[in-house]
Amino acid sequence: MVDSQLRDRIPSFGKKEGGGNQSVSLSNMSAFTSGNSRTIGEIFAIVLVAVIIIGGTEFALRTFEVPQYVLPTPSEIIVALFTDFHFIAPHLGHTLVELLSGYAIGASIGLILAAVITQFPFAEKIIAPYILMLVTTPMLALVPLLILRFGFGYEPRIIAVALASGPMVMINAATGFRRVDLAKIALARSYGASTMQIFIKIRVPMALPMIIVGLMIGAIFGLLTAVGAEMVGGGFGLGNRLTTFSSTIQMPQFFAVILILALLGISIYVIFFLIGKKWASWES
Amino acid sequence: MNAPRPTPAKLRIDGATKYYETKSGLVHALEDFSAEVRDGEFACVLGPSGCGKTTLLWSMAGLHSLTAGQVLLDNQPVTKPHPEISMVFQEANLLPWRNLQKNIEFPFEIKRQNPADHRDRVRQLLQRVGLDGFQNKFPRELSGGMQQRAAIVRALSLDPSVLLMDEPFGALDAFTRDEMNLLLEEIWLETRKTILFITHNIAEAVFLSDRIFVMSARPGRLHRVYDVDFERPRDLSITTTPRFFEMVNEIKAQIDHKVTAPTKMRAADAA
Ligand SMILES: Nc1ncnc2c1ncn2[C@@H]1O[C@H](COP(=O)(O)OP(=O)(O)O)[C@@H](O)[C@H]1O
Ligand SMILES: [Mg+2]
Repeated sequence: MVDSQLRDRIPSFGKKEGGGNQSVSLSNMSAFTSGNSRTIGEIFAIVLVAVIIIGGTEFALRTFEVPQYVLPTPSEIIVALFTDFHFIAPHLGHTLVELLSGYAIGASIGLILAAVITQFPFAEKIIAPYILMLVTTPMLALVPLLILRFGFGYEPRIIAVALASGPMVMINAATGFRRVDLAKIALARSYGASTMQIFIKIRVPMALPMIIVGLMIGAIFGLLTAVGAEMVGGGFGLGNRLTTFSSTIQMPQFFAVILILALLGISIYVIFFLIGKKWASWES
Repeated sequence: MNAPRPTPAKLRIDGATKYYETKSGLVHALEDFSAEVRDGEFACVLGPSGCGKTTLLWSMAGLHSLTAGQVLLDNQPVTKPHPEISMVFQEANLLPWRNLQKNIEFPFEIKRQNPADHRDRVRQLLQRVGLDGFQNKFPRELSGGMQQRAAIVRALSLDPSVLLMDEPFGALDAFTRDEMNLLLEEIWLETRKTILFITHNIAEAVFLSDRIFVMSARPGRLHRVYDVDFERPRDLSITTTPRFFEMVNEIKAQIDHKVTAPTKMRAADAA
């Protein structure tokens, strides 16, 4: 009685099928910033805490005469950062090259895979466990093997960064692309939109908040992996400086590098926070 | 002798039947629904929740296919979205990442037309519904009524001849709903679009329509057709007249007694 040719599976409104319409927000990102804006008082309090901690550490280390090779004072670290910066700067450059190229490769592949794979729910189900494995396995473990194959240059590090950041970007972006809002797709289709137009004008903007979260987590994992890979082998990069400075007991320089790494991580966070504010603020 | 000149059918629905295929089997949503909407007419489809109203409208918009039967626009079958037909959705369905202006320009973008060529018209429409000056606001900054007015402007932006409206004011409070109904009638009187308006609110249907198609509970069939001949333009005072009450009560009695068994009513409410 029912012509199977004519049956179709386009669900209508009431039911939100597929990945559902779970809302994501960048609030996980802004957990550290607790809200959008801060009052002068709050900023003052944050600076005050920093001054107390740094000043307190400086004072304690001096009064108890803690030797420099155990823990250098904050002022010694700052001095080392400035006086030795010209030694450290080239290594910062190497780390950035590895991070940026590995991340560019990993993130683009991750984004493309996420966009394509979510269009084919069956393929996605098959591939999902493997992606999860890539996400949960520390890619650092592969570095010794990569060094064997590619030597002590950039290659093993770039590959490790790509392998660490790509799956992170992919798994988050895929979550974003899975958020189908059937009503919005129907709206586009009612004006005759093509599949490509629906993708660009509905699916991508819909996925954008999750994509940005994925790009941020991917970048941070990339940084961790780059530094870790540099510690495993090769004569350059900030990670390599950490191993060198600690083996030669140059503690102020060692902590100066740590400080640079912390600033790198914070910059990544701030960049993506601002991107999220500009492109994904409609979500909250 | 002085019979009204027959107006041609703008839209014809011919034996529309629809089954949905689900994991738990087929859902029979629409059964042999036939009706004609005349050119320039304001028609309402009235029926309980879950009776297949949205299913019917989606078929008319060419958004999904029917299992049997067809929809004709000016005697041509509608099988895919048609440029002469525009849809206003349940809830405003604005795109939250676009501001009001960009939301209204969305249809032009899809049609690959330059929105700048239509700025004046869009501006006039916005002025008409009282949204001029809100172009840069995002949907979340607009009230429910404003969002729905924006959705109407968006639907009118391509100047279609048919407007399909799926319970557009269902989520609004009673006052805003009255206001929207008045505005919609004014716009309809000015533009004389053919409107098919879906609602489960009897008073709303009576207030707005020239004709009301009453549907039975699922699977949706055409149950009865009512002509509504209150003079236009209508104003809210007609809703307190005995004639209005009578009509509302008559339709209500029809739906209560004949159409929905109590158990079905509960199921429909849950949906
Ligand atoms: N995509 C779908 N798959 C399966 N059943 C559906 C789908 N869409 C609607 N239905 C069912 O079809 C019936 C009619 O739905 P709908 O047309 O949305 O009713 P209404 O708009 O009158 O509330 C309901 O019982 C609903 O559960
Ligand atoms: Mg409906």
